[in-house]
Amino acid sequence: MNAPSEFLDYGPDAVLMAGLTGRNWRLADYVQRGGYDALKRILSERIPPEQVVAEVKKSSLRGRGGAGFPTGLKWSFMPRNFPGEKYVVCNSDEGEPGTFKDRDILRYNPHALIEGMIIGGYAMGCARGYNYIHGEIWDVYERCEEALREAREAGFLGKDILGSGFSFELFNHHGYGAYICGEETALLESIEGKKGQPRFKPPFPASFGLYGKPTTINNTETFASVPWIIRNGGEWFANLGRPNNGGTKIFSVSGDVARPGNYELRLGTPFATLLELAGGVRGGRRLKAVIPGGSSMPVLPADVMMATDMDYDSIAKAGSMLGSGAVIVMDETRCMVKCLLRLSYFYYEESCGQCTPCREGTGWLWRVVDRIEHGKGRPEDLDLLNSVADNIQGRTICALGDAAAMPVRAFIKHFRDEFRHHIDHGRCVVAPYQ
Amino acid sequence: MLSNDSLAKIDAAIAKYPADQRQSAVMAALAIAQDEHGWLSVPLMDEVARRLGMPPIAVYEVASFYAMYNLGPTGRFKLTICTNLPCALQGASDAAAHLRERLGVGFGETTADGAFTLKEGECMGACGDAPVVLVNNKRMCVKMVPDALDGLVAELKAAADRGEGATGAAEAKEASGR
Amino acid sequence: MPEGLLNIEVDGRAVQVPHGATVMDAANKLGVYVPHFCYHKKLSIAANCRMCLVQVEKAPKPLPACATPATEGMKVWTHSEQAVGAQKGVMEFLLINHPLDCPICDQGGECQLQDLAVGYGASASRYDEPKRVVFHKNLGPLISAEEMTRCIHCTRCVRFGQEIAGVMELGMAGRGEHAEIMAFVGSTVDSELSGNMIDLCPVGALTSKPFRYAARTWELARRKSIAPHDSLGSNLIVQVKGPRVMRVLPLENEAVNECWLSDRDRFSYEGLDSEDRLTAPMVNDGGTWREVDWQTALERVADGLAGVVAQHGGSALGVLASPQSTLEELALAARLARALGSENVDYRLRRCDVTADGDGARWLGMTVPDIASYDRILVVGSFLRGDQPLFAHRIRQAAKKGSRVLKLAPVDDDWLMPIAARAIVPPSQMATTLAEICVAAAEAAGVPAPAATADIAAAPGPAARAIGRELAAGTRRCVLLGALAEQHPEASQLHALAQALADLTGATLGFLRDGANAVGADLAGARPRGAGLPAHAMLSDPRRAYVVLHAEAEFDFASPPVARAAFERADLVVVLSPWRTGTAYADVLLPVAPFTETSGTFVSGEGRVQSFRAVVAPKGQARPGWKVLRVLGTMLRLPGFDADSSEAVRDSVLPADVAARLDNRTPVAIAARTAQEAGVERAADVPAYFSDSLVRRSPPLQQTRDAQPPLARMHRSLLEGLGLVEGAQVRVRQGRGEAVVKAVADAAVPPGVVRLAAAHASTCGLDGLTGPIRVERA
Ligand SMILES: Cc1cc2nc3c(=O)[nH]c(=O)nc-3n(C[C@H](O)[C@H](O)[C@H](O)COP(=O)(O)O)c2cc1C
Ligand code: SF4
Ligand code: FES
Repeated sequence: MNAPSEFLDYGPDAVLMAGLTGRNWRLADYVQRGGYDALKRILSERIPPEQVVAEVKKSSLRGRGGAGFPTGLKWSFMPRNFPGEKYVVCNSDEGEPGTFKDRDILRYNPHALIEGMIIGGYAMGCARGYNYIHGEIWDVYERCEEALREAREAGFLGKDILGSGFSFELFNHHGYGAYICGEETALLESIEGKKGQPRFKPPFPASFGLYGKPTTINNTETFASVPWIIRNGGEWFANLGRPNNGGTKIFSVSGDVARPGNYELRLGTPFATLLELAGGVRGGRRLKAVIPGGSSMPVLPADVMMATDMDYDSIAKAGSMLGSGAVIVMDETRCMVKCLLRLSYFYYEESCGQCTPCREGTGWLWRVVDRIEHGKGRPEDLDLLNSVADNIQGRTICALGDAAAMPVRAFIKHFRDEFRHHIDHGRCVVAPYQ
Repeated sequence: MLSNDSLAKIDAAIAKYPADQRQSAVMAALAIAQDEHGWLSVPLMDEVARRLGMPPIAVYEVASFYAMYNLGPTGRFKLTICTNLPCALQGASDAAAHLRERLGVGFGETTADGAFTLKEGECMGACGDAPVVLVNNKRMCVKMVPDALDGLVAELKAAADRGEGATGAAEAKEASGR
Repeated sequence: MPEGLLNIEVDGRAVQVPHGATVMDAANKLGVYVPHFCYHKKLSIAANCRMCLVQVEKAPKPLPACATPATEGMKVWTHSEQAVGAQKGVMEFLLINHPLDCPICDQGGECQLQDLAVGYGASASRYDEPKRVVFHKNLGPLISAEEMTRCIHCTRCVRFGQEIAGVMELGMAGRGEHAEIMAFVGSTVDSELSGNMIDLCPVGALTSKPFRYAARTWELARRKSIAPHDSLGSNLIVQVKGPRVMRVLPLENEAVNECWLSDRDRFSYEGLDSEDRLTAPMVNDGGTWREVDWQTALERVADGLAGVVAQHGGSALGVLASPQSTLEELALAARLARALGSENVDYRLRRCDVTADGDGARWLGMTVPDIASYDRILVVGSFLRGDQPLFAHRIRQAAKKGSRVLKLAPVDDDWLMPIAARAIVPPSQMATTLAEICVAAAEAAGVPAPAATADIAAAPGPAARAIGRELAAGTRRCVLLGALAEQHPEASQLHALAQALADLTGATLGFLRDGANAVGADLAGARPRGAGLPAHAMLSDPRRAYVVLHAEAEFDFASPPVARAAFERADLVVVLSPWRTGTAYADVLLPVAPFTETSGTFVSGEGRVQSFRAVVAPKGQARPGWKVLRVLGTMLRLPGFDADSSEAVRDSVLPADVAARLDNRTPVAIAARTAQEAGVERAADVPAYFSDSLVRRSPPLQQTRDAQPPLARMHRSLLEGLGLVEGAQVRVRQGRGEAVVKAVADAAVPPGVVRLAAAHASTCGLDGLTGPIRVERA
């Protein structure tokens, strides 16, 4: 494990990540911070599962994995009286370029996730859970294994937890290098020992999930928020943010900022505040563009971003999406064609290959952008890119198709002149970043 | 081909899943097999298939789908550097160029001495720590500016000379010679 | 699932579909065509090609018809601007990496992509980046994968393996644009149903290797026929060009073969033009064979037969016909024997105990699709996949839906389906084990076991108990006797015991009959009556003259050496065959037509009468067998040979009510048994591609793995007990014959048994499909 910096500064609003030093990840530390209190209370007071779900609903917690779906509502979709196994699955397959927040939760605060998943299991009547961990972070996986061992030993996992009669087992599943496994049904296929190819929905995981059984999948940060919601009440959590945008959110800031890193803010905080926390644009340069929610989301120009608050609804209004909360900052020296080229290559490389528009279209997009970047663009290429993106978007099995199409459309929309210049002059208006 | 130690690890992985879902352990089993042998040869995948009761082609589907499995021999140290946009903005492009020059190989190639295989990686979920280099899938090195890269290469080269790192490197060396 | 129907509207037309139906189902019901590639009614839904995108009211984006469930009140447009726009977009994607080589593609003219590209493709491509090239694959002798660049990744072939063939041999490896259909490195596709992947492939990626480049599809005439190999009676489309059969495809018949064919039925036609095709009559003049005209040959036969009968009486004549023969051939062959005063006529060439056969025809006991309705299926003595490839598939599908399959056999060959309980015992113990199953089933059901079975099996073993319990727990049960049970030396006891078990449990009793026309042969009277001798007795007690129809001494008889010896000693052997065969023992060879060159009738295992016509003219001077026999009868001035069409022959023997003649009951009583120590026993299968004279001549089938020379398969303990290593040569002795073959360890074979296939040149010296053998190092 990399030596963490002396103290970890997630910003003044931090809740989930408050008080973390990088070394106090163990169960005892977590308990000292009030950890497992929520679980203990639920079990000792025998709070009915429906009430736990109601509390989560009240919190306005929205899924932190990308789609921002209301978590309480998702939990209420699980069939109540299903005979046989049901599963909770955590999506720690963080691989969306720009996103690196779940890794911090897993390595510095793993028990928050574990407690959240146990509570989720209790609320939804599941006896088993899996945590799917991104392939490239082996040391984090090992730490999570250790954390599970601790939790088992302490009696938070296993049969008859704390004498409550409730039993729950939790396992880590280690990925091995496939972005698409972040898509929830691809993730389930992957746990089942197959290629990570997304399933067509319906049926949704709540009725046909892992091993064909009802399953709820949430992001790491989503689950990790749950203990705080239970401890302090849904209303308290909701009030941290804005209506319909409850709580704090960890933003992963990367790119041209002085201090790339994770910052936990109340939802609704202005982007400018976040940029300031991250040290501002590196080298005092001017801000040019920001992708506000992970590489799959539309890019926005600087002025739009500077006038926007960081919450689901505000970012949507500005023309993009909050997504996973990954904020990729690009300064005035950046060539937008080159930036898009690397992103297009990513979706081409990571397409699972199953459905036609994505398998064939992502490569087409990448090749055309590559041509433009290398001075071989043609006047009709921008229309072609938009049209190919249109033919992908909304026509694929999973949202990777959309994720590949949206950046292309947004880059062209906001930086059309720069693309034109590339096509007309065979080179960039700005000095390339290399 | 698999050692008792590896087999025990695979059995432990199988135990994480319901009894009728042995196949769920295939990713772990392939990783364990690769750790032992450096790369996944056909007989090795066959053995995993038998152990888990899977059709061999289904094992191959998995092995060829996930980017971190080696379907051919690699150098003793496989260095995977993320060059995705966030990392690129934070110096990964320079780092990658430095590494290519330093090792004298391009992406997907192995150095003539069989010590290194260089690979271009996709997002590792660690963009804040860019540039990020992954050594043999398991050791993540962060903030790998050129100086740090030189240190890493020197350290690993010495280790390779001591015969450490992935086995199967001899085959990779041979393959690179062709 | 909720009751009642859903109302939905497709292109403005109302239709009702059941809950769980998809938009595609609704469109199909209305006869509305929605373009598609990955969707196939017999396969699971993948929804990966996206060609079937349609517009759905209130849906923000087009939805795939194949995967979208119909909901009450749903309104769908399959040809609206949005739908067609989406479909055209998908078509463009499918074509960008597809080689536009239709003029040289084998699929040209029957390519779904080509057809749809005409309607949905753009005239000029907007894609001018380099096209993807996919390396060709070698999948074995039947399927060509030379042109994998054409693959559109619909995964039908992969799903076929997983879901229908029961074995995943193809997969899609890699990901994204690099995803490729392939077999595991170095492997081939060996399933006995593999050819169906060729039909399923909507483009020219997987094509028929034997047919490759043989003809363009539009040059071919399509004729209907019936498969001549097993008792399913698959319906065929035979494609012909001039005098040649170029290809065989399934003719869809949901009640029989659905849309499938076994590889045997699909590729056997390649044997039709085998080098040893007999194209003119031949006579043996003191050891030299010469071609003669029909008149000469038939006179010689007529004179010879009349002479033997005049000198030695009718019983000196034996008529032996393969169950591959048509009903008409069998009827006339039997009539010939009887008119010459002989009751010695039989088609049961591989059987040695026929005492349990009643007057009726043994049959499946049910219709083919009906197998799905049984929740307990006990199969006794069958190499199911080789014997009945598509019926095995029916059982596999039943097992998938929850039927529990039970097995009593001497070898635990892999049926590629879950087996709920199995008893794997040497052939000599099968009857005892069946008795044990009776006792166990009775015990589990709490009823008394028939005394006769209790006498044999006082204390059932655990395997028999498990099967007995399963049978007792079921609600609809059947007991099916396979070819090995019929060919068994104690076949009549197995029949009697199976009948007792069926009576006890209320099960249906059925037979998986060997050959395409066993039921037809029974109906045609091709069996001895009264004092007539069955096949094995005609051979062990040799006759003076034999007429042999479509059969070969070395391969088609229970004991090839005994058959061979009998023929060699006879004064006259007349062989009617499409092949130059039997030259070592025959006196006259009469070239008769294979099934493609004659009209005729096969009656399938379920009693389905299927007549067919010739699809091409007989080769050379070959003539339909029924005509040859008719002329022979006329030359001999025998009554009953005046029918002038095969239909007339058929109608003269076929009862008006075929069903009334189907009967699986036997009057044979269960006999007392004493346990015998048998030592090492043989259990012989007749592999699918050795089963009859036509498949044995099909080069592509002979190159498959299933057609490799027989191995002596034995338990490792036996192999090691003999001091042998894997692959060592062994000498196997049975009766007076022997064979030298390779030995391999096989965990599916119990100790004390050696599985060694019959109907192959290397094992034709052995004396019987089962029985004691000796194995030693060669
Ligand atoms: C291509 C693709 C990649 C995704 N990657 C991730 C991921 O890395 N982590 C994640 O939590 N969700 C990811 N998602 C979203 C998940 O499918 C799913 O919506 C999410 O895990 C649900 O959790 P939540 O409701 O807590 O957000 C991805 C979706 C797509 C289409
Ligand atoms: S959109 Fe791409 S990643 Fe998603 S299922 Fe289709 S091919 Fe796979
Ligand atoms: S037929 Fe519906 S997606 Fe292929």
